[in-house]
Amino acid sequence: MITAIFILAGIALVVGLGLTLVNRTLPQNDQSPLDELEALLPATQCAQCGYPGCRPYAEAILAGTADINRCAPGGDATVTAIARLLGRHTATVDPAYGAYQPGHVAVVDEAACIGCALCIAACPVDAIVGAHRYTHTVIRDECTGCKLCLPPCPVDCISIVPLRPATRQAA
Amino acid sequence: MRVPLSKIARPGWGIAFDTRGNSADLSALSLPERVCVPLQQHIGSAATPVVKPGDRVLTGQPLARAAANRLGAAVHAPLAGRVQAIARQPGPGRTGLAVSIESDGTDERWPGYTAHRDPLRLSTSALRSAVVQGGIVGLGGATFPAGVKLNRGSGVDTLILNGVECEPVISCDDALMRTDVDAMLLGAQIMLRILEADSCIVALKDGMADALQTVTTALQTLADDRFSIAILPPVYPAGGEAQLIELLTGREIPAGGLPWDSGAICQNVATAAAVAHLLRSGEPLISRIVTVTGAVVAPANFRVRIGTPISHLIAAAGGYTDTSSRQLIMGGPMMGIELPDDSLPVVKATNCIYVPTIDELPATAAELPCIRCGDCATACPAHLMPQLLLQAQATSDTERMQSLGLQDCIECGCCDYVCPSKIPLTRRFVAAKQELWDIAFEKRRAAKARERIAARTTRQQRQQQEQADQLAAQTHNVSDTDTAHQKLQELLQRTGADREDPS
Repeated sequence: MITAIFILAGIALVVGLGLTLVNRTLPQNDQSPLDELEALLPATQCAQCGYPGCRPYAEAILAGTADINRCAPGGDATVTAIARLLGRHTATVDPAYGAYQPGHVAVVDEAACIGCALCIAACPVDAIVGAHRYTHTVIRDECTGCKLCLPPCPVDCISIVPLRPATRQAA
Repeated sequence: MRVPLSKIARPGWGIAFDTRGNSADLSALSLPERVCVPLQQHIGSAATPVVKPGDRVLTGQPLARAAANRLGAAVHAPLAGRVQAIARQPGPGRTGLAVSIESDGTDERWPGYTAHRDPLRLSTSALRSAVVQGGIVGLGGATFPAGVKLNRGSGVDTLILNGVECEPVISCDDALMRTDVDAMLLGAQIMLRILEADSCIVALKDGMADALQTVTTALQTLADDRFSIAILPPVYPAGGEAQLIELLTGREIPAGGLPWDSGAICQNVATAAAVAHLLRSGEPLISRIVTVTGAVVAPANFRVRIGTPISHLIAAAGGYTDTSSRQLIMGGPMMGIELPDDSLPVVKATNCIYVPTIDELPATAAELPCIRCGDCATACPAHLMPQLLLQAQATSDTERMQSLGLQDCIECGCCDYVCPSKIPLTRRFVAAKQELWDIAFEKRRAAKARERIAARTTRQQRQQQEQADQLAAQTHNVSDTDTAHQKLQELLQRTGADREDPS
């Protein structure tokens, strides 16, 4: 009886020490599930999913209030990645939340722009340059194609165009 | 001097084509009345125009320079005449800005270039910048700017002059080696100097007897012991850069790597000749040899100015024999692209205009299920497993496609050719590669967006804080009533004094 207790306590001690040691030496995974999930989302902050940005949507997914298939800019690949992270069944993007359009950017029709600066305030990534009463333009390399600049424009001079016109036709 | 010559054994992959019947004669071609020169004829970004509509340009004058800090190449006027328009025009495979020039028939040379009697005496940096300014791109079909490949000089010890021309019907490189071998070898010497490489292998295809004879004789006269000749079996795609490097040096390009990572680079024979023409006679890349073959009256090779309408070439070859077959292919039957009509211009990438006859067109057989015979894996020159890739593609499993090495697919079409189920594998892989590229692009874009959003949030918080601070400071001033009252009195007195002054 005594022997058994000592043996078990001994095993527990050794295993406990081992686990503590491993825990100390192995690199920590200090990313929260929320950060990990947000990293999978495309960071367009486009709000097409019904939440004001990518982080709120990630929070909603974790809270179980939103399904994983609402991110149109991310496309099916993003839904699959989220499903893998959360161990859920994969799905395709719900068309009710928009269509997957990779490689698109906003373009200002500079002849029609009146220089109201409303789109500048709306752009989440500061990709529109210009000032009051001056023509605005979009920095192609920084635009995420989130379409948030479309609703504020009073003259509808912004359009979303594919980034690479003839993608690899000549391959 | 004996020139070292090696014969390469047939590799396990690829498809053997009989190409002995190719005519490689070079015929004369009249100057076209007008040319249309696309500003993007190369991998990278379109060139920036430096001429205006209405300008008179001379043969060889720069029309557009390479976009700054981007991969690209300059474009030059192929003949003397007046610039009619710079507008968006359809080109082979790509629509974009193009300069239309109407010839004035003089073909007067632009005097802005220096012809060097002995280009090998120039410094490597002068040679390099000449190659960049001359708009020289790889003429084997991929049109990679040659200056970039030569800039990556460090570590490259072997230059391979690629005259293998493995697509079945093309013979423009054969024609070049037979007619312009001295320029080709001088170009190779210049490239060796830029690269500081010490060996050059001239790669030919078995069956190019005349070209082999010409190259051997020229090398014997040149007596440069850095050169050797290799004869490759007529296997498609032995002339692909990665395949050629592997066959000749035994080195494999690492997955996702670039040719120069293996210490060897390929340059097409015509690229080498173009470098020599540029430095010795001051002629930038304004013409190239094009094979016209298939259902035309007199198949031949022509030295063609860039921008010449393809219809001009077809007319020079005697016109179409079979008016019912109107398919037109730029490049060879394996990797060529279909052209909508013959009004399109010849570009730097146009190595061949191929008009397939009716019986050469692939029969449109219904696609059958994959039976996993593995023939495609045997044929694949990139050592991939197309049957597994197909499965991954069908389930949109991007990670699996990546781990199976889809990025290393060279889109040669061997798997399609051997597939007993007639599955159009290459077409699917091209689409899937695009998809992978899109996903990677969106990932990079998201990472950048995240950074910018964070910066914006910080800025907005700082601005809010500053506003709040300002407001607090103002409120503080007002709350200090005595000081405020005193200040007001001072102000009133001062304005009162001001008002009285003028009266």
